[in-house]
Amino acid sequence: MTAVGFEMNKPVLAIEGLTVSFDGFKAVDNLNLYIDRNEVRVVIGPNGAGKTTVLDLICGKTRATSGSIQFDGQELTTMREYNIVRAGVGRKFQNPSIYENLTVFENLEMSYPAGRKVWGALFFKRNAQVIARVEEVAREIFLGDLLQQQADLLSHGQKQWLEIGMLLMQDPELLMLDEPVAGMSVNERAQTAELLKRISQGRSVLVIEHDMEFVKSIAHKVTVLHQGKVLAEGSMESVQSNPKVIEVYLGH
Amino acid sequence: MKALDKLLGGQQNLIGIALLALLILVVFPLTLDAFRLNMVGKYLTYAFVAVGLVLCWGYGGILSLGQGVFFGVGGYCMAMFLKLEASDPESTKIQSTPGIPDFMDWNQITELPWLWQPFHSFSFTLVAVIAVPVLLAFIIGMALFKRRVGDVYFSIVTQAIALILTVLIVGQQGLTGGVNGITDLKTLLGWDLRTDSAKLLLYFINAGLLFGCIFIGRFILASKLGRLLMAMRDKEERVRFSGYDVASFKIFVFCVAAAFSAIGGAMFALQVGFMSPSFVGIVPSIEMVIFAAVGGRMSLLGAVYGALLVNYGKTYFSESFPELWLYLMGGLFIAVVMYFPNGLAGLWDSHGRQALARLLRRQPPVQAVAPVVKPKTESKILETQP
Repeated sequence: MTAVGFEMNKPVLAIEGLTVSFDGFKAVDNLNLYIDRNEVRVVIGPNGAGKTTVLDLICGKTRATSGSIQFDGQELTTMREYNIVRAGVGRKFQNPSIYENLTVFENLEMSYPAGRKVWGALFFKRNAQVIARVEEVAREIFLGDLLQQQADLLSHGQKQWLEIGMLLMQDPELLMLDEPVAGMSVNERAQTAELLKRISQGRSVLVIEHDMEFVKSIAHKVTVLHQGKVLAEGSMESVQSNPKVIEVYLGH
Repeated sequence: MKALDKLLGGQQNLIGIALLALLILVVFPLTLDAFRLNMVGKYLTYAFVAVGLVLCWGYGGILSLGQGVFFGVGGYCMAMFLKLEASDPESTKIQSTPGIPDFMDWNQITELPWLWQPFHSFSFTLVAVIAVPVLLAFIIGMALFKRRVGDVYFSIVTQAIALILTVLIVGQQGLTGGVNGITDLKTLLGWDLRTDSAKLLLYFINAGLLFGCIFIGRFILASKLGRLLMAMRDKEERVRFSGYDVASFKIFVFCVAAAFSAIGGAMFALQVGFMSPSFVGIVPSIEMVIFAAVGGRMSLLGAVYGALLVNYGKTYFSESFPELWLYLMGGLFIAVVMYFPNGLAGLWDSHGRQALARLLRRQPPVQAVAPVVKPKTESKILETQP
């Protein structure tokens, strides 16, 4: 960690001039986005605004047509997916993406940052340190009592938490969550908001979400995307009262 | 002791291995005559391929329809050594060029090709039996998995490779013996392979190597890599975005499966006494997949039973109803895939175990067992991932 002095003021993620076009259609168009350290940023916008595509571009799932994504001084647009993860970017998918044939414990263990290469995985030892870390994260995501449960038997909300837990295992500097409360009950939403507040300590979080109540409860700052561009940015209140935003999004 | 227990996969699997060992090492040698035992030995060489397919297809989700390629290359490496030994100048003195394999002489070749030269050495041959197929698998894996060629496209490419290799072998008659293959293999370092005692010893060596491969397979599946394979099969993206280079794991397991197949091929050449392109092509490669499917693609031991049973059936039916066999084989594959996706091993898990327990206790204490066993059988491997 070299996060001292002036570097603390530099954004952890700096997206500049980012463009991606699919057969001429610009899903993301000359986008600039900066995320500070320890910030919780929520990206909202109507369907097709390019929200998920932005996450895809950051984690390397989609390659940019032009522009740059700087993460901690590293250029992500040319890095391989697994190196982006190892650099400290974790990403949760829109649909809970967990290993249903494995137990909760094994799901979490899979993301423990050791034994990530062939020989390392072959001779990986489940030592006390690994077990302690898995148990710690499991408690954090409210699954402490379900470690031996097979993952496909979890409820939808628990699966969402499990995937968040898998990211926490990697201890990422930047955590990206694509609709983390989709399909959750009111209770689960409240729990997730509380969880997010806890896990955003010491890291930056980028969230895509539609649920405005939830957004209000977690966001430091909100970015509104529209047609691949930033339409507005600022506090929830300022964004909500922005006439352009009301026009394209909230007004409908 | 704990490591050993893990290797054997707990008590249940220990019993399974002991039963299979009893069958292969004691029951067959005691009850079958030399001819039949040699036949079982031949079937067991296919079991190597099936065990490799359990790792690569059952757990890794990589359906290779070209495992015959590796079986064949391993077999050809061994056969080339044996052929050179059988082609000493003394026994080939009637040829126009003595000292080279007979089929080369028939093809007007007057000098041993460079490709054959190193196969004078037995130690080179032993290395080549595994190294050449593994290198081939590595190249195929690098070319396809690094480019994210997967699922059915991968299967089609492997099938094309099996076809290409067959055409190549048949076409290069002077180099490979063409469609007849490499025949008349006689001795290994002076030891006559055709005697009953040699065949008996080879049978046991073959069985020993097979159990060695099963143990290696168990070790892989019990490790984190085994769980990663399953995770990749079901959620490849999640694994990739958890910091893993997915392709390298696929290449690894594909190479392991190739190595197992190659050992089977080499043991085939030793026990059966010849090697030909009919074990390389598309049809044998698909048959090998059927062995694994029938036995149970999630079970290393099941694959061995699958290879034994299907081959026994093949021998029996193709003797009695030769024209029906291919239809039967096709029907069997469809039936297994549609109704018993986990093959014999799956049937055993869902029904056999309880039946046995009932039989042993003469009471139905099944209720307690059933819920534990049930989820295992409801596998989702059949659903191909998008």
